[in-house]
Amino acid sequence: MTPTRPVGDNAAARGRGATRRGFLFGGAAAGVGVAAGVALAGTPALAADPKPDSTGVNGSRTVAFHGTHQAGIETPVASYVTYLALDLHREVDADGLRRLMKLWSDDAARLTAGTPALADTEPHLAEDPAGLTVTFGFGPGALDRAATSKRPSWLRPLPAYDIDKLEERWSGGDLIVVVSADDQVPMAHATRMILKDGRGFASLRWRQDGFRRAYGSQPGGTTMRNLFDQVDGTANPRLGTPDFDTVVWATGDDWMAGGTSLVLRRIEIAIETWDEVDTVGRENAIGRTVTTGAPLTGTAETDEPDFEAIGPHGFPVISDVSHVRRAHHHFTGARIFRRGYNYDLGPTPGADDSVVSNTGLLFASYQADVDAQYVPIQEALAKADLMNVWTTPIGSAVFAIPPGCAEGEYVGQGLLG
Amino acid sequence: MTFTTLRTTRLSRLAVLAAVSTVALAACSSTSASTAADSTTVTDPWVKTVDEGMTAAFGVITNTSGEDITIVSATTDAAPTVELHETAMGDDGAMSMSPIDGGFVVPAGGSLTLEPGSFHIMLMGVTEPIRAGDDVNVTLTFSDDSTLDVTATAKDFTGANEDYDGGDTMDGMDMGHDSTSPSADSMNMEGDS
Repeated sequence: MTPTRPVGDNAAARGRGATRRGFLFGGAAAGVGVAAGVALAGTPALAADPKPDSTGVNGSRTVAFHGTHQAGIETPVASYVTYLALDLHREVDADGLRRLMKLWSDDAARLTAGTPALADTEPHLAEDPAGLTVTFGFGPGALDRAATSKRPSWLRPLPAYDIDKLEERWSGGDLIVVVSADDQVPMAHATRMILKDGRGFASLRWRQDGFRRAYGSQPGGTTMRNLFDQVDGTANPRLGTPDFDTVVWATGDDWMAGGTSLVLRRIEIAIETWDEVDTVGRENAIGRTVTTGAPLTGTAETDEPDFEAIGPHGFPVISDVSHVRRAHHHFTGARIFRRGYNYDLGPTPGADDSVVSNTGLLFASYQADVDAQYVPIQEALAKADLMNVWTTPIGSAVFAIPPGCAEGEYVGQGLLG
Repeated sequence: MTFTTLRTTRLSRLAVLAAVSTVALAACSSTSASTAADSTTVTDPWVKTVDEGMTAAFGVITNTSGEDITIVSATTDAAPTVELHETAMGDDGAMSMSPIDGGFVVPAGGSLTLEPGSFHIMLMGVTEPIRAGDDVNVTLTFSDDSTLDVTATAKDFTGANEDYDGGDTMDGMDMGHDSTSPSADSMNMEGDS
């Protein structure tokens, strides 16, 4: 077999320049993409040449680790996420947990600032953190070690739902670390540093990786599309608003004040059977249009759904069992803040030729109180939601996210200090 | 005119400040001279975790004065014996760790980095485990007898292939890059086992 010449080979590109140029000017430039752009690097400048990003401006962007709240929640959502759940070793007591949180907080403070961790053996990987955030949380098991009496009443596994097909390998955990950024290199480094410093205290229970659109692909603040092709997350509280504070941050005078809770559900989507549903069926299931994400009673994504509207055949325009109606606070009286990511692992090779995907959603929900806010919505959806036909929760975990810490302090100090 | 007045006022204030500073400095130098410890900061101090035996402490030592300063010794409540070590290439070309002659010299206005594979503070005869996240207090003593207390964070570390804990005997001890020629004399640690 003849070795393929690399597309970046300038000599090769020059030799074929005329052909390439003809192709480009033939009107197909938009579809050619990066490969042709690279191949043309050695040719005279063309109007259609993609220009390399000579600034790298997003790489140096940092998100402050220290503050009233932990970073990574009321922070513009980044392109990638890695969730690490760990189980504490049997012998780790409250003092051990304190030492771990001290080490981890120090690692996170340094790495999110774009500086190496203490005793960092790969210090250059900390450069250009691209908005890196590291967020820590405690599962029920961590509170057992720290102080059982201080466990928030909602910190326990969610009730079992009929729709659940939970797998141990995606569920539970004593500790959660959420690593997020617009670049997977600083994330890989932070993840390794966190796991290295955690090795003496805890074992990795599971890891879940998720992605959204890459930085710069769409304007910031664009609501994500899940892999069902749905605009997903429209009804979220806006960052930096009193509304957000009310929904997300715990109040009171105990160690959780300024903290929140995280429910992470791994939701497998049956994309193969979803493929068989036409647009009308898809829009009926969700209660929103596929094109814009507007409610079926509106024209813009942010229009409030009109649940009273009746269609020409006497039925509600937004179905009684549509996702948007069942999940809406109008119906449940509760609100949450979602930070969803897609996952896409690919099928098991050779298992079933008709299945070409293993994909879904890392559904992350933040709220001040799981029982008062998350559970009513989940109950309503578990009872009836057309989307249940194509979605299956296969992982579930609940964590208490402590408030942020000041410089020189560590996350969880209010509990462990 | 107003402008001139302001300038005069500012100048007078500066003059007063300068006078105060001079007095302060004079007081300082006449009673207790500025010490080497006063001119030294240690950033990012850390120590490698160990159950027992030997380990090492690291960090960046910065000298803010106009004179070289010398650290002649160090102590810690975590170990009975502490030595200041350097890692240097021996005549045979192998790297080995040994006590540094004359202590750690931190150049005027400069810094000295203690790190695995280079200068380090050697802790010997550790009996209580130094666990990850522990604070280890290390006191540095300078050539003018002044001292500086430093709190080092204990971290698990496997880098630079350094295993300071040779077990009960010196035999077969892997001293970093010196695994091919572990010369016990270069370590001067007979008292440890």
